[in-house]
Amino acid sequence: MTDQEIVELINSSLAEEFEFDLGGMTPETTLFEDMGLDSLDVVDLVIVLETAFGMKIREEEAIRKIRTLGDIHSFVIGKKRQTEGA
Amino acid sequence: MLLRRVVITGVGVVSPFGRGIESLMAALLAGRSGVVRVPALAGITGMRTRVAALATGVDAMEIPRKFRRSMSNMSVFATLASLDAAAMAGLGEEQLGGGRLGVSIGSTTGSPQTMEEFFRDFGADNSLERMKSTLFFHIMNHSCASNVAQALGVTGRILAPSAACSTSSHAVGYAAEMIGLGKQEFMLCGGADEFHPLTSGTFDIINAASVAFNDSPTSTPRPFDRDRDGIVCGEGSGILLLESLESALGRGAAILAEITGFATNSDPGSIANPDAACIADCMRQALADAGVEPDQVDYVNAHATATAQGDIAECAAIAGVFGPETPTSSLKGHLGHTMAASGALELAACIEMIRRGLLVPTLNLDNVDPLCAGVMHLKGVNERQVNTVIKNNFALGGVNSSIILRRYQI
Repeated sequence: MTDQEIVELINSSLAEEFEFDLGGMTPETTLFEDMGLDSLDVVDLVIVLETAFGMKIREEEAIRKIRTLGDIHSFVIGKKRQTEGA
Repeated sequence: MLLRRVVITGVGVVSPFGRGIESLMAALLAGRSGVVRVPALAGITGMRTRVAALATGVDAMEIPRKFRRSMSNMSVFATLASLDAAAMAGLGEEQLGGGRLGVSIGSTTGSPQTMEEFFRDFGADNSLERMKSTLFFHIMNHSCASNVAQALGVTGRILAPSAACSTSSHAVGYAAEMIGLGKQEFMLCGGADEFHPLTSGTFDIINAASVAFNDSPTSTPRPFDRDRDGIVCGEGSGILLLESLESALGRGAAILAEITGFATNSDPGSIANPDAACIADCMRQALADAGVEPDQVDYVNAHATATAQGDIAECAAIAGVFGPETPTSSLKGHLGHTMAASGALELAACIEMIRRGLLVPTLNLDNVDPLCAGVMHLKGVNERQVNTVIKNNFALGGVNSSIILRRYQI
């Protein structure tokens, strides 16, 4: 997958799960303030990403530092590249 | 007896006839059935019944995702009905969140649909890795009560009675007692259930579900009829807004009716089969609670689900307590058996019958079973002054309940 395809899959998966308008989703969008997610949603966000990309990320320390959509894009792209390089 | 008078100032319903009391009453008075054929039931091995009364006119998207994410269908039904009841009563955030309003809403179980979905997924590989954070809120026994409280911003007491078909009668009765004791000023109370094949199957395997009318769904169930062959399961929600009389008068609310008595008892004779003497005792206790004599009751709204044993036992009890001249009918022919919703849904209809002076007959009652004789069965809409009504509900598990409803009089 290209980086753009990863970003698009992340955005569409989250838009469907959390009922967001895709057009309003930018890398700067914050998960808690802008998207209104809470601690329960973050649990489900991890499941959505694991299902969409077929990888386990629940125990990743980096997950806890994610604040924006851009953070998710970078994290998933990094994980995908790491997996591909392994 | 209630230590303070308790009145009803709001009603909300989600039924097989859609959302709102108007659509429910229009269907009941027109003699329409909400029962439909459910093709999916044919794909279940061992399931003989193919019919159900499914809720219509529901748009879950009206509820913001923040609240909807923790709801299965039953909580959606209960929330929409609660919103309607609160709106009819003219309640705003001040009353809903003021701590003087509580919630008493139950269901038969937590969401069977969510449980099925979870265990299907879990069973595939014995994994919890796909379990959603909100799963518990769908399947917990107080799912409807908590979800309604969250969605409406309620800060008072939470009660979630669960007694199968007696659930919402319990919820209403206990809510009235809570107001009567002065513990709360308002109560949103009632019940909800969502249809699932497990519910129909429960009755089917004990030969208590209707199986003979799969090709003519509106002909069943047939309470009291000689050709009745069992229950048709339904879904929906009925919610009443109860309020102390002082509160209602103080804020100038329109009073729909009054709850004057409630009784419930246990029948340890059988966990499945009702007993006429125990039912009669429950009704007598409710009458005593309200301080009325049997001859003051204008209408009996029977539980009557169209099972062989239940209808006969209830008729014997009604005949014994009220004699042959008190109009009696069951709404199950129209609505099916909406389970935990049935008590409050049918109470909502009873309130309207009092207000309109119109009694709804039993649908599909063509030929009264001789074993159900001895009471005045209504076969057509009956116009008369109705002041006092008794509403019965009886549940698997040996749980009887009766509520006395009265036209509001100063």
